[in-house]
Amino acid sequence: MFTPNTNSPHRIESFPALSLQGDEENITLRKTTSTRMSAKETKAGKKYLMLRLLKYVLLDILKNRMVIFYALFLFVISTGLFSISGDPTKGIASLLNVILLVTPLLSIIFATIYFYNSYEFIELLSSQPIQRKTILYSQYAGLTISLLLSLLTGLGIPLLIFAPTYESLILLLAACGLTMAFVSLALLSALLTRDKARGIGLSILLWFYFTILYDAFLLMIMFAFMDYPMETVTLVMVALNPIDLARVVVLMQLDISALMGYTGAMMQEILGKSQGVFAATFVMMLWIILPLTIAAGKFKRRDL
Amino acid sequence: MITIENISKAFVKVKVLDQLTLELFRGQSVALIGPNGSGKTTLIKCLLGLAIPDSGIIKIDGDDVKGEWQYRSRIGYMPQIGRYPDNITVMQLLEMIKEIRKGTYDVLDEELLESFHVKSFGNKTMRTLSGGTRQKVSACLAFMFDPEILILDEPTAGLDPVSAEILKEKVKAEQRKGKLILITSHILSDLEDLSNEVAFINEGRLIFFKQVEDIKKETGSGNLSKAIARIMQEQNLITPIDNIL
Repeated sequence: MFTPNTNSPHRIESFPALSLQGDEENITLRKTTSTRMSAKETKAGKKYLMLRLLKYVLLDILKNRMVIFYALFLFVISTGLFSISGDPTKGIASLLNVILLVTPLLSIIFATIYFYNSYEFIELLSSQPIQRKTILYSQYAGLTISLLLSLLTGLGIPLLIFAPTYESLILLLAACGLTMAFVSLALLSALLTRDKARGIGLSILLWFYFTILYDAFLLMIMFAFMDYPMETVTLVMVALNPIDLARVVVLMQLDISALMGYTGAMMQEILGKSQGVFAATFVMMLWIILPLTIAAGKFKRRDL
Repeated sequence: MITIENISKAFVKVKVLDQLTLELFRGQSVALIGPNGSGKTTLIKCLLGLAIPDSGIIKIDGDDVKGEWQYRSRIGYMPQIGRYPDNITVMQLLEMIKEIRKGTYDVLDEELLESFHVKSFGNKTMRTLSGGTRQKVSACLAFMFDPEILILDEPTAGLDPVSAEILKEKVKAEQRKGKLILITSHILSDLEDLSNEVAFINEGRLIFFKQVEDIKKETGSGNLSKAIARIMQEQNLITPIDNIL
């Protein structure tokens, strides 16, 4: 495909005039071959390239003991909580709190550290005929797939044993959604700053914001405007935080929304039904896609 | 073959490349020289798309490379400091790159693998390799896919004399095949054997682009190191000479 006509009778030495001539010949030759090839390449080659890369990223991550510890930890916590509470619904409710705390934290920190540590790998790949986009997406896919595997074994198996219900499925899906969203945020924060320490700091800050600060703001606003109808505002604010979104969706399935007053009743009305779950899934997808797209844009312009 | 037009690149506020223009043709073997920090490595990174220039155009065979990636299958690149994933073994690394470049090359050139005896340390992880051994791996990767363009950034730095000689012979052989070769080095005597043209850059600008023979004739010295030293003195670039000689 891309070999110069090295066997041509007049070997091109260092004479500019001669080599120029050879160049022109080659350009016309190449134009025809390269267009034919690029069409084939872009269709089949790109897809397989992504898979080939993904294979190596996955092999590398799965060697990492952190992923196994994470699965074990989840397994111990979830079996423990179910054995203590006895009632599956109560078990799910207490498990929800642990999951909402642990899953985003671990996903965002693990992904950020892994991304910084694979800088050499990324640099090596960038000098090969691969699109930057493909490199970043294969990193993202490798990270999410390995974390989701931990989640499915560590959380999925206990849920299947102790509470094989619709609520459990929603809890598992919410945890998967959070993992994907926070890996996406992790790549964004890793690409916002070159410095590893700062990047990890930014990731922890993001987690802290979504887990604690945001709810404090939410409560303050609700308290300040308690005399006004706040249903829509609350709903929008819940959608603006992936952790709150996951929490509300799971709670709405548990039939304890009656404890949450009028707003709770309204959310039950909107989010408790299957359309509500679809809507929540859609918003969660935005939380996954948007940071990743911004990160890909940053990565494309990054100097390595 | 490669056309570089008015490339500028600044890192934060330091200007590394300043309106640099250079044209390279197939069959040329160009030595890219200049003092430390003159922008050689940055220029190479711009060619490979590892660094994105702030302004200017780079064309290969008339096609702008900005945002492109397939053109990289035509380039073999040996970096100044080869940085590789720590836990991967040499053989796994070679296999991985082969798999990634599958379909973009015709023949595998594993001559250097043989002459460097890569198989003897093939099961070692990249982390455990010495600097020179890493250089050997980098060299193998650069030449393996029989690319039309070879970009070698300090290829002999860190190599033992025997390996350096093997690599130089390989470069010469590729040169005879009519490939475009771009080499940077601070060891001018190495470059003297390997290149026919010299591109001298300083502070991100091309100072001159001349045939080695012409340089020797103009300065009246038979040795490239001395000729370059003289030119630098004439150009008042005396300070960096210590680095070069």
